[in-house]
Amino acid sequence: MTEPSLYDQILDFANRADPWPLYEKLRSQPVWQEADGTFVVSTFREIYALQHDPRLSSDLTNLLPEFAAKLPPAQGPGGAPPSFLVSDPPRHDTLRRVAMRQFGPPHRPDLIDKMAPALKAIVTGLIDNLADKQGADLVDDVAYPFPVAVICHLLGVPPEDEPRFSAWVDPIVNALARPTPEQLQARTDARQHMSNYLFELAQRRRAEPGEDMISGYLTDDGPDGRLEGGDLFSTLMLLLVAGHETTVNLITNGWLTLQRHPEVLQRLRTEPGFSIRLVEELLRYEPSVHILPFRTAVADIAIGDTTIRKGHPIAVMLASGNRDPEQFPHPDRFDPDRTDTVHLSFATGIHYCLGAPLARLEAQFALTQLAKRLRNPRVLADPPPYRPSPVLRGPIHLPIAFDEVCPA
Amino acid sequence: MHVVVDLTKCEGYAQCAFLAPEAFRMVGDEALMFDPAPPDELREKVLRAAAACPVQALQVDVADLPAPPPVETMAAAKGEPLRREGRIVIVGASLAGLKAAERLRAEGFTGSLTMIGDEPDEPYDRPPLSKQVQLGWAHSADTALPRRREIDADWKRGVAATALDLERNVVSLADGQEVGFDRLLISTGVRARPWPVPQEAALDGVFTIRTQADAAVLRERLMNKPNRVLIIGSGFTGSEMASVCVDLGIPVTVAEAGPAPLVGALGGVIGRISAGIMREHGVDLRTNTRLNSLRGEDGRLRRAQLSDGTTIDVDVAVVALGGIRNVEWLEGSGLAVGVWGVACDAGCRAFDANGLVTDNVFVAGDVARQPQPMFGYQFLSMEHWGNAVTQAEVAAHNMISSGSDRWPHLEVSAFWSLQFGHNIKSVGVPPMADQIAITQGSVESRHFVAAYGYKGRVVGAVSWNQGKWLGFYQQLIEQAAPFPPPYDMIDPPPDRTPVPAEFPEIARPGRDATVVVTGHDPSERRATLVRTARRH
Ligand SMILES: Cc1cc2nc3c(=O)[nH]c(=O)nc-3n(C[C@H](O)[C@H](O)[C@H](O)COP(=O)(O)OP(=O)(O)OC[C@H]3O[C@@H](n4cnc5c(N)ncnc54)[C@H](O)[C@@H]3O)c2cc1C
Ligand code: SF4
Repeated sequence: MTEPSLYDQILDFANRADPWPLYEKLRSQPVWQEADGTFVVSTFREIYALQHDPRLSSDLTNLLPEFAAKLPPAQGPGGAPPSFLVSDPPRHDTLRRVAMRQFGPPHRPDLIDKMAPALKAIVTGLIDNLADKQGADLVDDVAYPFPVAVICHLLGVPPEDEPRFSAWVDPIVNALARPTPEQLQARTDARQHMSNYLFELAQRRRAEPGEDMISGYLTDDGPDGRLEGGDLFSTLMLLLVAGHETTVNLITNGWLTLQRHPEVLQRLRTEPGFSIRLVEELLRYEPSVHILPFRTAVADIAIGDTTIRKGHPIAVMLASGNRDPEQFPHPDRFDPDRTDTVHLSFATGIHYCLGAPLARLEAQFALTQLAKRLRNPRVLADPPPYRPSPVLRGPIHLPIAFDEVCPA
Repeated sequence: MHVVVDLTKCEGYAQCAFLAPEAFRMVGDEALMFDPAPPDELREKVLRAAAACPVQALQVDVADLPAPPPVETMAAAKGEPLRREGRIVIVGASLAGLKAAERLRAEGFTGSLTMIGDEPDEPYDRPPLSKQVQLGWAHSADTALPRRREIDADWKRGVAATALDLERNVVSLADGQEVGFDRLLISTGVRARPWPVPQEAALDGVFTIRTQADAAVLRERLMNKPNRVLIIGSGFTGSEMASVCVDLGIPVTVAEAGPAPLVGALGGVIGRISAGIMREHGVDLRTNTRLNSLRGEDGRLRRAQLSDGTTIDVDVAVVALGGIRNVEWLEGSGLAVGVWGVACDAGCRAFDANGLVTDNVFVAGDVARQPQPMFGYQFLSMEHWGNAVTQAEVAAHNMISSGSDRWPHLEVSAFWSLQFGHNIKSVGVPPMADQIAITQGSVESRHFVAAYGYKGRVVGAVSWNQGKWLGFYQQLIEQAAPFPPPYDMIDPPPDRTPVPAEFPEIARPGRDATVVVTGHDPSERRATLVRTARRH
């Protein structure tokens, strides 16, 4: 058997806890062509340029048939069209504008800002729940329920329905990079369930609209028209999955990093405003999204000595770019005092993460509260067990112990 | 606190608008307006916005920032007497002047620094004067630029430099003082070109817009609900003012001598799009029309006579006819100065009248006229915010560096403007072009990018609400890439056949690509000559 490629090794679960040395090797060459035809791009400047390159496509129908066949079908359940995440302009721009209309500027500029007190209250409540304990699973007790409560509230999903989602979200996430046929089937089933659920929920919201985003999508006519039919469901599904699976990793990876750097954890307890820069450095150093596995090119793109071929899959290695020494001095040093950090953790260009402002606030609030309230916190398993996905990377559990929970 | 957003860099990600909605506001899809002086209670939110900006375009005062980590001492700072105890004088204490001063200190200059500016106020930001300030979103007195670093300068404010003596290396000031220097930076910028008939220009109601004071009185007049405003000239400033009037609900007439707005900067094809937008918004746009005269009663503006034979009743006129370079004080200095500015080399060193490069006088900003290797080494002035900043930084670096440590200023110039909710950005030098091709998006939906070409290579690009793509076009310009760009792109327009760009005819020699530019940081930027003519 041939030696597995670096990319294979990165996808291999065995390397989930510490992919960084592999990324370092990967960066010795900005672009690698895999035996299966995939191009892997790993250096900061090349990733940055590529994501601003109008030859790069997010629309999977631009893949050559032999590559498209190995991926989930572009169409969702019931023929739902792909979400804006996997679309190109002008479709992407229109759908994203319509999605944004219920979420932020310019139409609802202060929605997220106004939620800050509610966000603080939710995380405070979750930590209150630990009051009589001396141990917890940071994932199950805080890092997961927090963003999930927030996204459900924003979208208007009843909290009691939430437990059903986690069962649907996991198979969707697990099919993100090089899925097996079984994983593909599980994904299709999960999306079908989710879409049925969302259909019912939309019926209810249409009958009785509230302040939430789903009601907004169902009732609000903007210059681009209303979000309807398949586009509505693919957008909602995207928001739900993203809301479930990204910030949880940011908070968990963040807490693990803080425990590995006690002096930084101590500063977080005492320095006001420190969480702002801290979270930015965490995003660079331990991002949630490591790979954008679903890109292709509508024309050949020459990068250095390599030419990315039209129609081939492209894996964009965001996390690797974040530790490129050409861009960041001492990239493996966790240093919240860095200034002018431009990182790739929310991607860059037109697909910049829609939920980034929410993720930032959630991580800032959660980590600050945890730091202030847990006395003598310890991580009980380092490295902790990781989730299967190499794309959305983070611990599946993070058992911790502490002496006491201080009052809020 | 003070805030400035480098809108040349800003790609409209709206992180700031999400996190501090009181201080940052998105207009249309991707244009940003900011409050240059947000109240102190917003400090935490503004810092959150600044940290979150994906391109780090948002700048605040150093005093508002957390204490910076100790810096590694600059090796180069040691030894050199000029860096240690030299005397540096900067004349023109605005954007370029301040940025140069900050850069000098950042690079370890510890000598004396004198800042001479004829305006009474601190260095301030001008772009908001025709945007936020006129809309009432910011007060004209509140556009001071944030201080990114302690510069420890001797400030001479409200006093103009009147002469330069290069034999004794002194600058004379209007109040009789003389200031000696080892290195001088000239960054005196341009002033607004007034309406050429003095009696008419003096009428109450006739305004230009270049300074905080200009902006303040104009804003006051607009607040008094004039019956009609006349804008003379529809370049960027004139077009922005027309947009402001529409937003304020004030009837507005635009008199433009050329065939369309923005023709000088972006050509006739884009100009027609702009004209269409103006008219859609109810602007009374008169193209191919000149102002003949302004008429007043009791010293107040009442009427304007246009070359189309009509007379209109107006009580406010905004003269937006471009700028005049502030070089009069340099007459007799022996430098190469003229109406086109102060000529300098790519390292920002001024030329003397013989065309010899000086070694102690540097130039930056709107007043500079610099050869552009990417455009046949022609001397060009770039009256753009981003150019003032990058030129100032290169000039500052070179002032305290010698020989091979010096950098060329090889930035591809970029510009932005905000009109009628549209974010217009350009890179490169569109007026160089003979052709234009829409490359992405659709003109009809007003989301598009167009590339400009000259003799088969890309020399510029403009985006209309699609600014995130411009970095790609900047690379094409640096690489002297073929025009029209010969590859497929996403979101292809219905027709991407090149058409004439329709710039007013100016004879320009030698526009051919002679170089490609490589490198990212100013320290790495280099031009390499390409010998073979690029054609495809
Ligand atoms: C209303 C307006 C809107 C603009 N909008 C945009 C925009 O949207 N995008 C963009 O890219 N650019 C824009 N610009 C252009 C941008 O502001 C300029 O490019 C920039 O200010 C140039 O900086 P500077 O330091 O070279 O010159 P200036 O800012 O003009 O500064 C020169 C300074 O020198 C002083 N001075 C002159 N003569 C003397 C003397 N003899 N002695 C002492 N001091 C002297 C002047 O009073 C002034 O303070 C705009 C400009 C204006 C006026
Ligand atoms: S790029 Fe930065 S400054 Fe511009 S809108 Fe986004 S966050 Fe704000």
